[in-house]
Amino acid sequence: MSFLDAGIEFAFSFDQLYDRLQSMPAPIRLRELIRTIRTARTQAEEREMIQKECAAIRSSFREEDHTYRCRNVAKLLYMHMLGYPAHFGQLECLKLIASQKFTDKRIGYLGAMLLLDERQDVHLLMTNCIKNDLNHSTQYVQGLALCTLGCMGSAEMCRDLAGEVEKLLKTSNSYLRKKAALCAVHVIRKVPELMEMFLPATKNLLSEKNHGVLHTSVVLLTEMCERSPDMLAHFRKNEKLVPQLVRILKNLIMSGYSPEHDVSGISDPFLQVRILRLLRILGRNDDDSSEAMNDILAQVATNTETSKNVGNAILYETVLTIMDIKSESGLRVLAINILGRFLLNNDKNIRYVALTSLLKTVQTDHNAVQRHRSTIVDCLKDLDVSIKRRAMELSFALVNGNNIRGMMKELLHFLDSCDPEFKADCASGIFLAAEKYAPSKRWHIDTIMRVLTTAGSYVRDDCVPNLIQLITNSVEIHSYTVQRLYKALLDDISQQPLVQVSSWCIGEYGDLLVSGQCEEEEPIQVTEDEVLDVLEGLLASNLSSPVTRGYALTAVMKLSTRFSSVNRIKKVVSVYGSSIDVELQQRAVEYNALFKKYDHMRSALLERMPIMEKTATNGPTEMVQTNGEAEPSGLESKHPPSITQPASQANDLLDLLGGNDVAPVIQTTPAAKPASAGGELLDLLGDLSLSGDPAPQVPVSQPSFLLDGVSSQPLFNDVAAGIPPMTAYNKNGLKIEFTFERSNTNPNIAIITIHASNHTETEMTNFVFQAAVPKTFQLQLLSPSSNVIPALNQGAVTQVIKILNPQKHQLRMRIKLTYTHKGSPLQDLAEVNSFPPQSWQ
Amino acid sequence: MMRFLLLFSRQGKLRLQKWFTPLVERERKKVVRDMTLMVLGRPPRSCNFLHWKDLKVVYKRYASLYFCCGLDDKDNELLALEVLHRYVELLDKYFGNVCELDIIFNFEKAYFILDEFLMGGEVQETSKVTVAKSIEASDMLQETMEEYMSKPAF
Repeated sequence: MSFLDAGIEFAFSFDQLYDRLQSMPAPIRLRELIRTIRTARTQAEEREMIQKECAAIRSSFREEDHTYRCRNVAKLLYMHMLGYPAHFGQLECLKLIASQKFTDKRIGYLGAMLLLDERQDVHLLMTNCIKNDLNHSTQYVQGLALCTLGCMGSAEMCRDLAGEVEKLLKTSNSYLRKKAALCAVHVIRKVPELMEMFLPATKNLLSEKNHGVLHTSVVLLTEMCERSPDMLAHFRKNEKLVPQLVRILKNLIMSGYSPEHDVSGISDPFLQVRILRLLRILGRNDDDSSEAMNDILAQVATNTETSKNVGNAILYETVLTIMDIKSESGLRVLAINILGRFLLNNDKNIRYVALTSLLKTVQTDHNAVQRHRSTIVDCLKDLDVSIKRRAMELSFALVNGNNIRGMMKELLHFLDSCDPEFKADCASGIFLAAEKYAPSKRWHIDTIMRVLTTAGSYVRDDCVPNLIQLITNSVEIHSYTVQRLYKALLDDISQQPLVQVSSWCIGEYGDLLVSGQCEEEEPIQVTEDEVLDVLEGLLASNLSSPVTRGYALTAVMKLSTRFSSVNRIKKVVSVYGSSIDVELQQRAVEYNALFKKYDHMRSALLERMPIMEKTATNGPTEMVQTNGEAEPSGLESKHPPSITQPASQANDLLDLLGGNDVAPVIQTTPAAKPASAGGELLDLLGDLSLSGDPAPQVPVSQPSFLLDGVSSQPLFNDVAAGIPPMTAYNKNGLKIEFTFERSNTNPNIAIITIHASNHTETEMTNFVFQAAVPKTFQLQLLSPSSNVIPALNQGAVTQVIKILNPQKHQLRMRIKLTYTHKGSPLQDLAEVNSFPPQSWQ
Repeated sequence: MMRFLLLFSRQGKLRLQKWFTPLVERERKKVVRDMTLMVLGRPPRSCNFLHWKDLKVVYKRYASLYFCCGLDDKDNELLALEVLHRYVELLDKYFGNVCELDIIFNFEKAYFILDEFLMGGEVQETSKVTVAKSIEASDMLQETMEEYMSKPAF
């Protein structure tokens, strides 16, 4: 509006104002209010002033006083910033926006951005005002509208006003054009479907000379390319975006000093960085684009000044781009070297940024990053918390079979001295690294012990069962392990994970402990009573958690078959039969019952644990409750579980059956490391909640399958009660029966238990059962109870098969049986088709 | 994109809050509280970057004011430091040797300047001169009213 018009309008309102002034005092000015409030000496005083002023403002609003509305809203915004409620000013903001005065609009839009949010319907009332203002004759008013829409426009508003924004995107007024571009970015973020309509307007955005427009255009193009692969392809091929961007970037670097855009000798670093970021997206997975930008990236990487932060910001972005596109190896080496130099920079920010980038590239350019390992490890000693964390993550990523000993030394040292917030992650990381690359079992156990003793209270709960399994499987050093753990217990019983693992070990291998034998180190002389003293101490101690007590009690019980002082153990167990802790009481009562009524089963039940397959991780209590098996010898050792063995068996089966429609058998469950196990386990478990995220610190949790690895008896409730069993095979004296159950947790999984019996007069040895199913199924075969089928039906070999049938197809199976009978090896194939419908529907 | 920009004093008093994503009042208050605690709790010679939830937080202290912004994972932290610095330079040019009191008493101006520099969490104008000119022209539009009113509008 022209100055003349403004003058006339205000001449009138001045009269109105004068009249008004006669009747009531003008509300105090903003600055005066601020000054007054700042003089308040206490919170209460401030609150009082604010309440008084709010009351005045409220009554002023009620009277629809449009002269001072602007002032009142401004004051309200100040009070809002101090933390006081200001919602009653929302509608007033809308009224200000609708006013013709620029001052009003300015404050009105500011108020809208601060007080309104898109979750309230009130904000929609703004839409019409914004629409009008987008078409206003004054560009600054249009600017206000664009700014507000671009900062807080809701999806509905964006849909209504996208057309206006698109129009403004094509204007020649660079002030409006740059704002329209960012407004379009916001619209696209809120309503991605509207992206298409902005495409024509982007045609000649990059031929602008104005840096503001260039910058916002690059942002807009970046947003479009990131969100839509079609757009990305379009911009690559049709618009030839890469050469344009390269040209602009080159001009920025080569052009002389431009005072308007200069920052410490670099011309428009903001634009340079955004262009590099867009180039990254264009060059990703695209050879041609990557090649076209090769030279300019090399140029930026070598010529940028590194003395100030701004130059390093550009280098940082360049490095990220080089690593992400299909750059040639020379360029990649250049990038890693820049990061290496960053690592040695005095500036902490630069070091932090270097560590972050190296973390991103360590997967793809592992060897190059390894070269900087010593610098990275030094960063573990940095005083800055953020840097330490990044260095720790990077160190774990760099651990491999060659450097494990050296790295572990550094990491253990770090664990000793780091802040508590790091300890849990560091401990988990160490466990994982040790598991992957341990050079020897003893080293592994030593490392774990070191972690448990230094950071024992910070390790995650799930490490206890992992460790127990590890120890069980390290057969050769059982006595060494139990000795060390016992000694650790003597020193300190406050760290629960350590105590739990130790008690479990003592329970299992207590006989080795008192026997005075130890391969690896000097054996200690321990008596049975001393051991029982320690365990009873744990039970009684206030430091022990209920879980720990459970471990200790079970350990005591197990020792009843390994030690001779059974009476003492009986006494301990009976005492805890009246414990207040329900869990402990239950255990004690059950163990008591074992002593009294089931003493004949006690030795079998409390036998040494067999070697466990590493199928899953779960809470410690489940592990403890599954005591030893009746026939541990029957299980084959599954350690280390390898995929090559079952693969060759599977091939045999496939060859024999010649079928293309048969899926390979998974004989053993593969290693449970999430990254490698991802394929098979994920497939098999299907709907079961599985964290597919391969983050090393978080092990996979599979609730129902843990128990399978230990016992071959089906442990699920027979949910679909009464699926009739069937005879799958009956030839030459060998009979195989199938019994069915449905899994509790996943209705698509059927569990079949095979019972192989032999009614000939000679036993069948080396019995191996294999099965194959059509492709739509998945099958998991657990370990058999034995491979000897006794003669004359005196016993059966059982084995559990799990079948995942998500598509509910009719179940068919081909089985292959191999065994030795009367001295000669036999083999047979059969097809099993007559499965009862309840087993697969 | 930048998710938010906060200015607060050493005592934790908020001087400016710009939000580029929709958050309700309660959520905003929580973010402000968390940022204030985290940033003010940093030891003196730490690096200027933090992690908070899924955001990178970049902060810089200028005299008695902390400038703190939250960024997406993809954003360049070093450049964010430059953005904060540019904003301070713009304030400095406008107010002439800007200090915290200027921002307290003229907070709305601080917002107006910010709105000419950033929009939707992105940099809008990379030339200091252009931003200064736009603010000047907008102020002129406003002043005209005030002249006729012969007293400040607010």
